[in-house]
Amino acid sequence: MAYKGHNINPQKFNKSQIKIIIAIMPLILFMGLPIVFIINHAFKPMEELFAYPPKFFVSKPTLDNFDKLFKASRMAGIPMSRYVFNSILVITVVVVASLVLSTMAGFALSKLRFKGKNLFININQAALMFVAVAVMIPRYLTINFLGITNTYLAHILPWLATPVALFLIKQFIDQVPDSLIEAAYIDGAGDFKVYRKIIIPLIKPAIATAAILIFQQVWVDLSTSNYYVNDEGLKTLAFYMNTLANANTNVAGQGMAAAASLIMFIPNLIMFILLQNSIMNTMAHSGLK
Amino acid sequence: MRKKSSVGKRDNNKNGYLFLAPYYLLFFIFIFIPVVMAIGLSFTNFNSIEFPSFTGFLNYLNLITKDEIFMQHVLPNTVTYALIVGPGGYILSFLLAWALAQLPKRIRTIFALILYSPTMTGGVAMTVLWKIMFSGDQTGYINSWLMSLGVINEPIIWLVNTKYLLPIVIIIGLWSSIGGIGFLAILAGILNSDETLYEAAAIDGVKNRFQEMIYITIPSMKPQMLFAAVMSIVGAFQAGLISTQLTTNPTPGYAAQLIVNHIEDYGFIRYEMGYAAAVSVVLLGIIYIFSGISKKLFSED
Repeated sequence: MAYKGHNINPQKFNKSQIKIIIAIMPLILFMGLPIVFIINHAFKPMEELFAYPPKFFVSKPTLDNFDKLFKASRMAGIPMSRYVFNSILVITVVVVASLVLSTMAGFALSKLRFKGKNLFININQAALMFVAVAVMIPRYLTINFLGITNTYLAHILPWLATPVALFLIKQFIDQVPDSLIEAAYIDGAGDFKVYRKIIIPLIKPAIATAAILIFQQVWVDLSTSNYYVNDEGLKTLAFYMNTLANANTNVAGQGMAAAASLIMFIPNLIMFILLQNSIMNTMAHSGLK
Repeated sequence: MRKKSSVGKRDNNKNGYLFLAPYYLLFFIFIFIPVVMAIGLSFTNFNSIEFPSFTGFLNYLNLITKDEIFMQHVLPNTVTYALIVGPGGYILSFLLAWALAQLPKRIRTIFALILYSPTMTGGVAMTVLWKIMFSGDQTGYINSWLMSLGVINEPIIWLVNTKYLLPIVIIIGLWSSIGGIGFLAILAGILNSDETLYEAAAIDGVKNRFQEMIYITIPSMKPQMLFAAVMSIVGAFQAGLISTQLTTNPTPGYAAQLIVNHIEDYGFIRYEMGYAAAVSVVLLGIIYIFSGISKKLFSED
């Protein structure tokens, strides 16, 4: 039988797909099992955490681990609500501000004409390779020099320029037809009005994608709490969860650690599920030339 | 004259700079300056208290000639780790994306979610869970499984044994980087490729899925492939912090000491910031070279 091609994005299930599923199953299991493990471990009662031989799945789920987690924070000087507040404040400001910054820059780089535009585009593309851990020391010195050590600004400012976010947003704005924008200019709109009334509504998928990428980075980040903030009361939830999990490495603490990991995982998961269509839509334009 | 700023009409629209200013100001302070400072500091001796003193290429010279730990452990570890987790993880994530693209939407979405989930856990918060899995006594999950399967008779002290430490870090590195943003870019790229290309190829004699992948899928989405490659290189090097989270810094016997751990060791433990900066510059250089190779591979012409 001649090969027909045309296998991409099939509408229906057919038998030939079973081969594919079987072939990738080992990798799917490898990727998925640790998550299944956290979920199970987080709900295990004490005797199951101690069980020998160890059991992967929970048989009598309980909320004990979560309960212990909250109690542990009450014993420490700083209540957990403080860390939650810090994280929510930091992440809200970072996501909103960096989206404003990257959409503005993305609009200019994509649709406005001015000298040196290509240079700015190239600088940002080169910065896709930027690895923040490689320059943690100079960054630390910069933050010291600015005098924002031990403030919320130390959590916020380093994240605002995210090259990947600008890159994806700019690529997406490139797809907005010029004719739409020109029509608005002819009607007398200025650059800022075009940005607000035309660009922003049309690039919502890219904004959603950038939002989730930034959220993921900042939500689990430990570096700002580790290096730039000494004041316990100003540190983030990720840092607190990590300290708690690392401080309780005995068997009883493991359940708490799993509960902590689950708490950190759930917000990301919900955002991803809600925004998955936007993400795939944006990623289609992610090509780098 | 009526002021008219239009996409096609005004050649030097000053508003452009106004729109760029906030982003690039922060970019300048937190990305550009630190990189320049790293390069500058790499030529100095700096203990973070006294003003840095210029030493020329001494740090680089020491790195190559005197730093036995770097040459014997850190560099080989990093190369091994980066080659497996970088290209290896990249190939795996391409194959997975390619396989997923051939499944109907519902199954594809569930699988994509599973593959992407490690990215959502945040590698560092997960390390405690890996510690439980690789726990060194018989109550550790891996030990218990291997013993019940009869592969081993005695529990292995995974995270202390220098023989197993790097492979474990590589496995975790792969786990946390296969299904990242690069994977999503490739998947979206394949799903959006032009269907008529496939029809034409079938007429031209493409015989099976693999030929289709080599002759059509990959060439038609080189830009996404390059973006994903850069993301996986960066991800591979960034994930290096796993080793010290699993154990200590330095890792036992330097068995899983990677270049980012070496930077942290010198910068924040020994406070030899000039030297640490030189190592950072080497790291940025390595990433630059890897990205350059990817660009050669996936350039459009």
